[in-house]
Amino acid sequence: MMDALNLISRTQGYYVRAIDNGPIEEWPEFFTDDAFYKVTTADNYNRGLPAGIIWANNKAMLKDRVSALKEANIYEPHAYRHMLGQPAILEEDGAGATSETSFVVLRVTGNGPTEVFASGRYLDEYIFTDGKALLKVRTVVCDSSRTDTLLVLPL
Amino acid sequence: MSEGSGPATAMVDRTWPQSLTEVPYWVFQDEEVYKAEQENIFHGPFWSYLCLEAELAEPGDFCATFIGGQPVLVTRDHDGEIYAFENRCAHRGALIAMEHYGHAKDFTCVYHAWTYNLQGDLTGVAFEEGINGKGGMGKDFCKAAHSPRRLRLANVHGLIFGSLNNDVPPIEEYLGQEILERIERVLGGRKPVVLGRFTQTLPNNWKLYMENVKDSYHASILHLFFTTFGLNKLNQKGGIIVSENGGHHVSWSAINREAEAASHYKDQKIRSDSEYQLEDPSLVDSFSEVGDDITLQILSVYPGFVLQQIQNSIAVRQVLPTGVDTTNLNWTYLGFEDDSEEQQLIRMKQSNLVGPAGYVSMEDGAIGGFVQRGIAGASNEFATVQMGGDQAISSESRVTEASIRGFWKVYREAMGFSIEEEA
Repeated sequence: MMDALNLISRTQGYYVRAIDNGPIEEWPEFFTDDAFYKVTTADNYNRGLPAGIIWANNKAMLKDRVSALKEANIYEPHAYRHMLGQPAILEEDGAGATSETSFVVLRVTGNGPTEVFASGRYLDEYIFTDGKALLKVRTVVCDSSRTDTLLVLPL
Repeated sequence: MSEGSGPATAMVDRTWPQSLTEVPYWVFQDEEVYKAEQENIFHGPFWSYLCLEAELAEPGDFCATFIGGQPVLVTRDHDGEIYAFENRCAHRGALIAMEHYGHAKDFTCVYHAWTYNLQGDLTGVAFEEGINGKGGMGKDFCKAAHSPRRLRLANVHGLIFGSLNNDVPPIEEYLGQEILERIERVLGGRKPVVLGRFTQTLPNNWKLYMENVKDSYHASILHLFFTTFGLNKLNQKGGIIVSENGGHHVSWSAINREAEAASHYKDQKIRSDSEYQLEDPSLVDSFSEVGDDITLQILSVYPGFVLQQIQNSIAVRQVLPTGVDTTNLNWTYLGFEDDSEEQQLIRMKQSNLVGPAGYVSMEDGAIGGFVQRGIAGASNEFATVQMGGDQAISSESRVTEASIRGFWKVYREAMGFSIEEEA
C-alpha cells in the first residue's frame, strides 16, 4: 500500500496529463461519482462566496464540460501546460486524505506565444479506493480575480 | 442627451456615416477616440453602474470601482446614505483606497496621510501646522476646498449608478419607463445576495462587447446552448425594446412550446440547433424567476451596464474599458435573500451558463477579439448593421440589429462627430 503522498502525486500527475496532452475524456475519471468541483478565485474564496467560474456537484456535470468543449462550444483552439508543486498533505487516514497543491498553468492560444494563464492552489479531498486516490472534492482557487478571455479546458 | 451642452471634446474632424447601418471600424482602433470617450462618455452626461446597494450593507462599507478609466469610491456613511467621490487624493493624486470591497472608519492616503471621511470630505492633513511653528501648510489653506469631486448618484431597485457630470438628466428620465419597468421586473422589492464576482479580461474594444450584448440576432446562432436547449430562440415569443434615445435596450423571450416544434433553425441549417445532450440535464431545469413565463431578459443601460436573467442565472455586468483593445468585464452573480435551498442549487448549476467559462458567455468573451483582429487593416471600412431595417426602434422580432443602431445613435452624438451629408 502506497502512502498518501504517493497516491495523490500519482493521481495528480495523470490528471494534468489528461488535460494537457489528452485524451480530455479521461479527466472526469479522476473524480468520484458524487464529486464536487469548483473553479473560483482567492477573493471569492476568502469572502466565502459560493459561486464558481465552473461549478459541478457530480461527475456527470464534469463529463458535460468535456462534451461541451468537444461538441458544443466555439472558441479558438488552445492548449495548457500545468506545472504542479508538491502536494502538502493536510490530513490523512487509511481511507483518504486532504491536501493542497499549488499550480501554474501556461496557455498557448492558436499560433500565439506561451502565456501565463493562471496560478493558484488545489484544495482537495481524496478517497483511496482500489489502490488509487480519487477526488471527492476539488476546489481550484485561482490567485487572480481575472480570467483572460475565457476558460474552456478545466484546471 | 442633455440639450445645449455639447461634448467636452467634440471630434468634428471625424465624419460618421449618415445611416445608422454603417459603423466605421476606426472607432474600435483609434487612440484619440479612446481618449475623447473618457471625456465625452464616461465624464459626460450619462449614468454609469457602480455597485449594488447590497454590497454596501453596513455604514463604513465601501467599493472602489471605476467610471471608464476614472477610479471612484462608493461608501455608506453612518447617516445610512450612500456617497461616491473620485478615488484620488487631493494632495498628489494617489489612490485613496485600493481594496475592491472593504470596510473603513475613514480613508487615509498612504502617501502623506491625508485623511477623508466616508463622505469624501478632506478632514486631516498630516503636519498641517508644521513642527514647532516651522513648515506646514500656509494659513490660507482650506481643507474644505480640497475635497475630491463628488458624484451624482441614483439608486434604481438596489443598482447604484453614478455620474461625474452635473448635466446628467434624472435617472428616471434617462432610462425611460419601459427600461425602468424591466429592471423592476427582476429586482423590484427583492433583496439581492452576491453569490460570486468574476472579472473577464476581453481582448477587444469595450464597444464590441456592448454591440454583442445588444445583438439579439447572434445569440441563438453562435450559442448552441441557447438553441439546443430552447433557452433562447428567435422563433420564441419575445421582443426587443429600444429606449427612446436608442441607448438602452431589453431583449426578452418566453417559454414557447410551438417554437420547440417548429423547424426554422433546421431549415437554415444552423449549427447551434443540434442533437447535443447533457449527461446531467438538471443544469437547464428552472423555476419561474418572478412568476411570469419570461426565461430570458438581457437589459443594457448606456454606456456600459448589463442586467441579465438567463433562466435563473441573474447577474449584473459592468463593462470597463482599460485600453483601446482591452476591456474588463466584471460579473456579479446574484441570488435573493428569500431563495429556497433548491432555488440556490439551481442558481449554482446555471452559473455554468455565464461568466468566463459559461457555456453561453465564453463565446462572447472570444468573439470580440475575433472582430478586433479581423478589422486590423480595415480602418476605412464599415460594419453593416442592416438586420431589421435602418431604425433604432422596438420590435416584436429579434431578427434585428435595432438596438445596436441605437447604441451608435447615442454614441455618435455624444462624441460630436461630423455626420456625413446625405447624398
